[in-house]
Amino acid sequence: MVLRIATAGSVDDGKSTLIGRLLHDTKTVFEDQLASVEKASLRYGDGSLNLALLTDGLRAEREQGITIDVAYRYFATPRRTFVVADTPGHAQYTRNMVTGASVSDVAIVLVDARNGLTEQTRRHLFVASLLGVKQVMLAVNKMDLVDFSRARYDEIVAAATQHATALPAPVTLNPLPISALLGDNVVDPSDNMPWFTGRPLLEQLETLELDDDQNIGARLSVQWVIRPYSTEHHDYRGLAGRLTGGTLAIGDRVRVLPGSQQSTVVGIERGGVAQETAEPGEAISILLADDIDVSRGDVVVSVAASKPPVVADQIVADVSWMVDKPLEVGSRWIIKHLTRTAKAFVSAIETRHDVVTASQHSTERLELNDLGRVHLNVSVPLVVDLYDDHRPGGAAILVDEATGMTCAALMIRGFEGDLG
Amino acid sequence: MTLIDNRLDSVHNDEGLDELEDEAITIIREVAAETRAPVLLFSGGKDSAVLLHLAAKAFRPGNLPFPVMHVDTGHNFDEVIEYRDRLVKEYNVRLVVASVQASIDAGRVVEETGPRASRNRLQSVTLLDAIAEHQFDAAFGGGRRDEDKARAKERILSFRDRFGQWEPRAQRPEPWNMLNAKIRTGEHLRAFPLSNWTELDIWRYIAREEVPLPSIYFSHRRTVIERNGMLLSVGGPVVLEPGDVPFEETVRYRTVGDASCTGAVRSTASTVHDVIAEVAAARITERGATRADDNFSDSAMEDRKREGYF
Ligand SMILES: Nc1nc2c(ncn2[C@@H]2O[C@H](COP(=O)(O)OP(=O)(O)O)[C@@H](O)[C@H]2O)c(=O)[nH]1
Ligand SMILES: [Mg+2]
Repeated sequence: MVLRIATAGSVDDGKSTLIGRLLHDTKTVFEDQLASVEKASLRYGDGSLNLALLTDGLRAEREQGITIDVAYRYFATPRRTFVVADTPGHAQYTRNMVTGASVSDVAIVLVDARNGLTEQTRRHLFVASLLGVKQVMLAVNKMDLVDFSRARYDEIVAAATQHATALPAPVTLNPLPISALLGDNVVDPSDNMPWFTGRPLLEQLETLELDDDQNIGARLSVQWVIRPYSTEHHDYRGLAGRLTGGTLAIGDRVRVLPGSQQSTVVGIERGGVAQETAEPGEAISILLADDIDVSRGDVVVSVAASKPPVVADQIVADVSWMVDKPLEVGSRWIIKHLTRTAKAFVSAIETRHDVVTASQHSTERLELNDLGRVHLNVSVPLVVDLYDDHRPGGAAILVDEATGMTCAALMIRGFEGDLG
Repeated sequence: MTLIDNRLDSVHNDEGLDELEDEAITIIREVAAETRAPVLLFSGGKDSAVLLHLAAKAFRPGNLPFPVMHVDTGHNFDEVIEYRDRLVKEYNVRLVVASVQASIDAGRVVEETGPRASRNRLQSVTLLDAIAEHQFDAAFGGGRRDEDKARAKERILSFRDRFGQWEPRAQRPEPWNMLNAKIRTGEHLRAFPLSNWTELDIWRYIAREEVPLPSIYFSHRRTVIERNGMLLSVGGPVVLEPGDVPFEETVRYRTVGDASCTGAVRSTASTVHDVIAEVAAARITERGATRADDNFSDSAMEDRKREGYF
């Protein structure tokens, strides 16, 4: 299975260098890419090979020596394939950290050994926790600049462990001392730190075990209704979408939410090929026994689901606010949840999360890069899950009607108005 | 074991391909549902061949609910045009051709002059004009993040302003890969369902699904010249300069683009499986090996993308 990794940490903690090092030492870098990085290193820097330039691909990034936007890189070892998101460390790009973390199995949080935990490190640990990233590799970097000091490392790990106890959801910190620049404990063990008995970063990533997705019952949010209108497929009505939550099989009884209609699955197709069952993650289309009214946005749920979704038009959610225009009580937005698009009205802001101290504050508005908890009234009933139960049904985005910008990532923590 | 051994290993199984296919089909269905008039950009290259194959699968047994568009530079490989027309029939799709020659004739763009002139850059204008003329609001492209460092930064659903421009700093975040297709009049979207595929994934998928490809992807004899380490075909739009010495070579193409600036590579790979072995062992990226246009400057791709390129 692919392991999805997000990197986090303050500016200049060495995220891009670390990724460059991983790509370089796993021989993922092609000759022409290396040549172009060598050339660019002469132009932007002191001339020594700057591995950060492998991911800092935009011109402005190279000129300023910073990462502006998320870059996705792919590399593989004999044991595992990796997708790594290099995310920028500036506070103003917290939205990118949220985006990177939303699709990651593990976050590598870098700390500059000279500076210790910064506000950004605390923020990123908080974001990882809020987004349900349970595994964090706490990489204490630039150990070469603190004489590979064990005492300094222990001090930083202790501070991080302390902070972790205050996070909204538990995360496992896997600490290790590294030098991204020199390669210590990245791919190969470090000769400079014999006191560290753990394994190098790459080996830990290769063997990291992830929780299996819980089987809570199959559900399919309808994206598209396939109606060929040909003589051959005259009455064909395929409900196309991606299956999540559990296995679906021909013969299964299903409900169509919102609403109370029930039917039986009589066909499952993937890419036009019939199959008996479908597994979570598969893009399929299903055929039902009865000619019932189902359209885009509806959710087909197995009647046997152990934890079925709930139909609700009032939701409580943690939000990561991503634009300059603030979120205020009474403001209206477009909400996109699964395959349903509706209008949403902010009825209350419960709190703003102080990500540095991991405490709560009451507030009238959420500004760019704030995280908080809000209450929303939605114009139509949604078929929702709690984020911790089932990510696809527990996540949503808000869009600004006027500008079209994506303004927020939402993690559903509760709902009212159960209409089911 | 080295990475190369590992990549060769993966050649013999189809690990990961189902997940990539599921993701791509999900994206294609979502964009089709959320936009008014999408179109699929079809160059005749391997990435667009895979894209068309996936799009057809997404709506089976129904027809593709949108047309395909070829931006024709007029500098084509004959095999590619013949292949395009065959595929359009096979998949039963509507083809729209946007012609760079027509843009030149209408005075919309000025042909580059000189021996190294190429129509590659002009394509952006033709593409944007065609999008406006047909009022397309979304264009599917076969771009992959592993192709280029600027592409590595691009979203799955990429927003273009009224001038067709890409602004890397103002991209829409895509948490959980949720796509926001909201646009205003005059703006449009580019959708990249193959974002997370690598060149090797493309070839393994082509092998598994038996996706048809133009013949120039496989080894053949061709008269070429060598320029900056790149093999350019003679007899087409490439203008010979003093000192160019044409010779015959066994080659194939790793990418298919404008014939004036797409280079061939020396290769004896004559089957999909030969190609996979070759790609798995390659030490140079496909664009580095074959595109004169990207080697001009370090941020060539970023610059063209900002102007509205694919
Ligand atoms: N001495 C030392 N310098 C490092 C190390 N890792 C990164 N750097 C340097 O720190 C600076 C910032 O690194 P970069 O990777 O761009 O940081 P980012 O902002 O987190 O992506 C660069 O000058 C790197 O060369 C390290 O382990 N040791
Ligand atoms: Mg960086």
